[in-house]
Amino acid sequence: MNRFDYVRPATFAEAIAAASEPGAAYLAGGTNLLDLMKGGIVRPGRLVDVSRLPGLGAIEWLADGGVRIGALVRNSDLAHDSEFARRFPAVAEALLSGASAQLRNMATVGGNLLQRTRCAHFYDVAGACNKRAPGAGCEARGGEARNAAVLGWSEHCIATHPSDFCVALVALDAVVEIAGQGGEYQVPLEDFHRLPGETPGQESVLEPGELIIAVRLPAQAASFSRHARYLKIRDRTSFAFAVASAAAALRIEQGAIAAARIALGGVAPKPWRARLAERALIGVGPDRTHFDRAAEAALADARPSGDNAFKIELARRIVARALALAAAGTPARLPALPGSPFSPVAGVLHV
Amino acid sequence: MSEIVLSATPAHLRHGSNIGQPLTRRDGILKVTGGARFAADNHPPGMLYAVLAVSSVARGRVAALDVAAAKAHPGIVEIMTSANKPPLALDPDAKTNPFMRRLELLQNDRVRYANQPIAVVIAETLEAATEGAALLSPRYEEEAPRVRLDAAESFVPPAVGVGHPSEAEIGDVETGLAGSLRRIEATYETPTQFHNPMEPHAIVAAWDGDALTVDTPSQGLAMAQARIAELFGIPAENVLVRSPFLGGGFGCKGLFTGPQVLGIMAARLVGRPVKLVLRREQMFGPVGHRAPTQQTLRLGTDADGALLGLSHHTRTASSTFDDFFEPASDVSHTLYASPAIRTSYEAVRLDTGTPTFMRAPGEASGSIALESAIDEMAEACGMDPLAFRLRNYAELEPISGKPFSSKALRACYAEGAERFGWKARPLRPREMRDASGLLVGWGVGTATFPALMFQGQARAVIRKDGTGIVETGAQDMGQGAWTALAQIAADGLGLSMEQMEFRSGASNLPDAGIAGGSAHTATAGMAVAGAGADAIAKLAALATGDERSALFGAGNAGVIARDGRLFRRDDESRSESYADILNRAALAEIEGRGSSAADPIAQANYAMHAHGAVFAEVKVDPELGQIRVTRLVGAFAAGRIINPRLVRSQYYGGMIWGVSFALHEHGEIDPRSGRPMNPNLGEYHVPVNADIPSIEAILVAEEDRHVNALGIKGVGEIAITGTAGAVANAVWHATGRRIRRFPITLERLTEPAPR
Amino acid sequence: MTEPSASPRPIRVSVNGVDHERTVEPRLLLSDFLRHDLGLTGTHVGCEHGVCGACTVAFDDQPVRSCLMFAVQADGHRIGTIEGMADGETLHPLQMAFWELSGLQCGFCTPGFLITARDFLARNPDPSEQEVREALSGNLCRCTGYQSIVAAVLEAARRLRQAPLAGLGKS
Repeated sequence: MNRFDYVRPATFAEAIAAASEPGAAYLAGGTNLLDLMKGGIVRPGRLVDVSRLPGLGAIEWLADGGVRIGALVRNSDLAHDSEFARRFPAVAEALLSGASAQLRNMATVGGNLLQRTRCAHFYDVAGACNKRAPGAGCEARGGEARNAAVLGWSEHCIATHPSDFCVALVALDAVVEIAGQGGEYQVPLEDFHRLPGETPGQESVLEPGELIIAVRLPAQAASFSRHARYLKIRDRTSFAFAVASAAAALRIEQGAIAAARIALGGVAPKPWRARLAERALIGVGPDRTHFDRAAEAALADARPSGDNAFKIELARRIVARALALAAAGTPARLPALPGSPFSPVAGVLHV
Repeated sequence: MSEIVLSATPAHLRHGSNIGQPLTRRDGILKVTGGARFAADNHPPGMLYAVLAVSSVARGRVAALDVAAAKAHPGIVEIMTSANKPPLALDPDAKTNPFMRRLELLQNDRVRYANQPIAVVIAETLEAATEGAALLSPRYEEEAPRVRLDAAESFVPPAVGVGHPSEAEIGDVETGLAGSLRRIEATYETPTQFHNPMEPHAIVAAWDGDALTVDTPSQGLAMAQARIAELFGIPAENVLVRSPFLGGGFGCKGLFTGPQVLGIMAARLVGRPVKLVLRREQMFGPVGHRAPTQQTLRLGTDADGALLGLSHHTRTASSTFDDFFEPASDVSHTLYASPAIRTSYEAVRLDTGTPTFMRAPGEASGSIALESAIDEMAEACGMDPLAFRLRNYAELEPISGKPFSSKALRACYAEGAERFGWKARPLRPREMRDASGLLVGWGVGTATFPALMFQGQARAVIRKDGTGIVETGAQDMGQGAWTALAQIAADGLGLSMEQMEFRSGASNLPDAGIAGGSAHTATAGMAVAGAGADAIAKLAALATGDERSALFGAGNAGVIARDGRLFRRDDESRSESYADILNRAALAEIEGRGSSAADPIAQANYAMHAHGAVFAEVKVDPELGQIRVTRLVGAFAAGRIINPRLVRSQYYGGMIWGVSFALHEHGEIDPRSGRPMNPNLGEYHVPVNADIPSIEAILVAEEDRHVNALGIKGVGEIAITGTAGAVANAVWHATGRRIRRFPITLERLTEPAPR
Repeated sequence: MTEPSASPRPIRVSVNGVDHERTVEPRLLLSDFLRHDLGLTGTHVGCEHGVCGACTVAFDDQPVRSCLMFAVQADGHRIGTIEGMADGETLHPLQMAFWELSGLQCGFCTPGFLITARDFLARNPDPSEQEVREALSGNLCRCTGYQSIVAAVLEAARRLRQAPLAGLGKS
């Protein structure tokens, strides 16, 4: 690993100043960054350790019923916060379906948003990757495309965003709070990640030095708590990235769907909100026919980026299943295998 | 054969009572407290860290290395390249016996596979060495790599596995198939697999003049010692290889590998001890792998489901520069009776590292294909897969016509099926669902593995205080050699485990043979039993020839050794302690030697294999294709069981490897670059705990009077065979989809069926 | 502005209850700090990228991957390694159960499993088998001893429920 300057700022201002210089990177949990540094995928000249910055580690309940999650809140602390899990069960389920207990104990909320793709060619430093080296080419094109995108990709990059957490967050209209040299601002999570287009290296709206300070879920997101699930299809029962996943949340009033939230993971360069599919569900009954129709809508724009057409149909089925699971009701207790189709839900459902 | 054959009574009956006991591991406390010292845990004074720089191309030559940039990095001590490597006494490409591999030891600028070592960076710290390797920024002259089975012209290899013929036939398969009422033909594909023991290869090498001490995991201490001595041109006794614990081996620590030698060369170059540990991605290339296969099976039966012909053809690959051909077809030699069997091979040479033995080499990859094909044949006959297997049960080894030295496979089928509840299985697929609508399927597979023995030696000592020492250079890679061999050793000396010191895991002890081929307990066990018997015989001679002894004159009747005493066989009231015998003879100790080897006469007369039957239940989500094994029952018969607790662990582990083979493992190699694309444990999937159900392993009683005097067969590899096929067959039974490309992944169950 | 400091940096880390002050390069991994600088080689490095779990240590009592942390990140924190799990000569009930029930084979993954399981049982003293399997899915065992490992954790849980103080090690 290259040598780097290690700085441990005491304030936001110091942090932002230190990280604004070329080659600087923020270090929080480090679970993704260290892996990338070891592989030589990134070689920052300076690490700005923000893990001790004050005021970023709290889960705050807002007066309007929303929640503000400090960027340094660890994945495990958030998932195991009983109030949070009660109000936003799909988010907790998504968190617990990701990585392993040891990684969740280090990984932070802010870091999860910024984790890099698992595209094998991004990690293959001897090969070409437009994300690593703009203009170098994309060796994922024409390669093994099983993990590649079917939505939102471009000729320059077909990598997917690997987060589970973000999928549930984006479904529930999460907002990202950002601090930078120009002060603080906020962006809906849906707009936070960029599509690759011709500049796949620019993965988010963050400018150099800008720092995620919190993620907010609006009060309305909690109104789905009785019908919210995360479903993740993977090659192992646990501890694997999604081949494809979906978060589904419904508000059901008098037997009809009053509101729906759907997002997909593992299929696009960013956590993929499926708004057309959501609209298709408004006012209809929570039944399989409508879920299938919504699933069709969610994948309407999908096209294979290689030999991965199977993912389109698979993602449709995952969306339909996630909706069915959500309609059946959130389990009173998170299943032993979060997000897994092999978690038959025992006990009480919130129906 | 060794001395122990002199008595018709097995050692455990003659002597003590440790064999057969489910003792916990004697090394267990060290392992739960962090006290077990693995190779990389050693840190001799003055030690430097070495890191490999490896090739990112699969074929070509290294055109340039930026040695200056690397050397400029603070802490770098030396960069070892082909220009400054220390001289070797033997060409790394020379091959003086089949149990060695041609190695990449910086002999030239040629690159023959991705991740081949091209330089070694030696530094004061691991961090500096690692960065130094990155700073070498190699440039290559690259040639188009050939990494797929269809990438080159095939040829018939001269031999497969370890010297097995690449063609074998009994009867006339074409006639048998032509005369069959029902036939199937199917081609199965198995992928490249990498051993991936949890402990990467590591070596700590320290020279003292022309003497060398290395700490490194080795499944074959004596072979490692000899290989090192030969390469460096020093006497073997100058080389001490210590390997008390291996963090898993599975075959890739069997033959000494290039990176290990490079660690020794680095230490020689800098004149200081050096530690070299492979990074995980470097485990995907220079230390061997299981080669991919395409296996075509053709089977035919008569109207009653009796096989009339079985043809098993394997296409596999070796490297461009050395030979190891996965002997996948050979499994068809032994399992199912057929008047006509033909096995054959073709192979290609690819720009990969040389494949090697990987847990059940040939048997694992061959078994999943054969067991799938047998199931397809059973289906074609409309027969229950277990009934079909019993219909074609081999009473004699089919390929040789020899009787089996023992074969309790019927009992394995029966006990396993009973435990599993097999008889409730519907014949047709896709007929079972669980309460949540998941498809449920049941499959069976037959397990088999040859009962091998290598040559081993041991030394036993009885001291005048009545305690004993037994020494053999065995290797414990997790299977439990420290415990099982000590049990045999204690019985051999007629001592309790506490009265005996068991020394192992170093090359300055008698050669215990390799820990491979599931033969280590038999090989090393027979040697330690023989050494004990020899020591006891000498002790008995002292006593029975001494008129002051209570045992005087017992020579013809014989004595029994037990609890530190010799007893007259025909009158157990007459006995004497070891201490008394030795003290009276004024001897500080008495030494016995033992050696072991397979008995050529028994081998000529008998086919020797362990057997088993594995039953699997899987659940498959009908829409999403995700698969999970939900039950596994294996019943295995492997001769005498030295320690049922350890053996059960081996069966569990093997069965999980079988699950892994069927559903998970797959080395992804980019055909354009020749590079492994998942050279890490995040993407090279092996099962995690949540993938594995509660497993049952039934130890089926089996007595074998021919394999060796202790009656030991091997248990380390057999459970992969059978299990992989059982899982694949269960997936078919759940879904009605026969997947012939392994591992079975979810999209293969959800994509539209080919018409 | 904080001064750039690629140069070594002083840290103070409590490991198994003992304070250690060292000056380390920022790029030194916590796993290598424990193994090379402190000689605590029971923490094993199996994959170097946070997957295999062999390097698991307790960081302020929470299991984490020591191969995915810099030693400087541990400055001022408490680390618990396998060497501190027993209470003197008395093995932790988990250590005892792993030994007695063969929850180990080659032993390379064992320390990571034990550290992970200790935290898991502290939070979930009466787990189901399925919960144990999920909780231990971040630790790979290639040998593979999952069956006996799960049995050992369930048995240790039972013993700990009977004698909860037995699990108080130092970390």
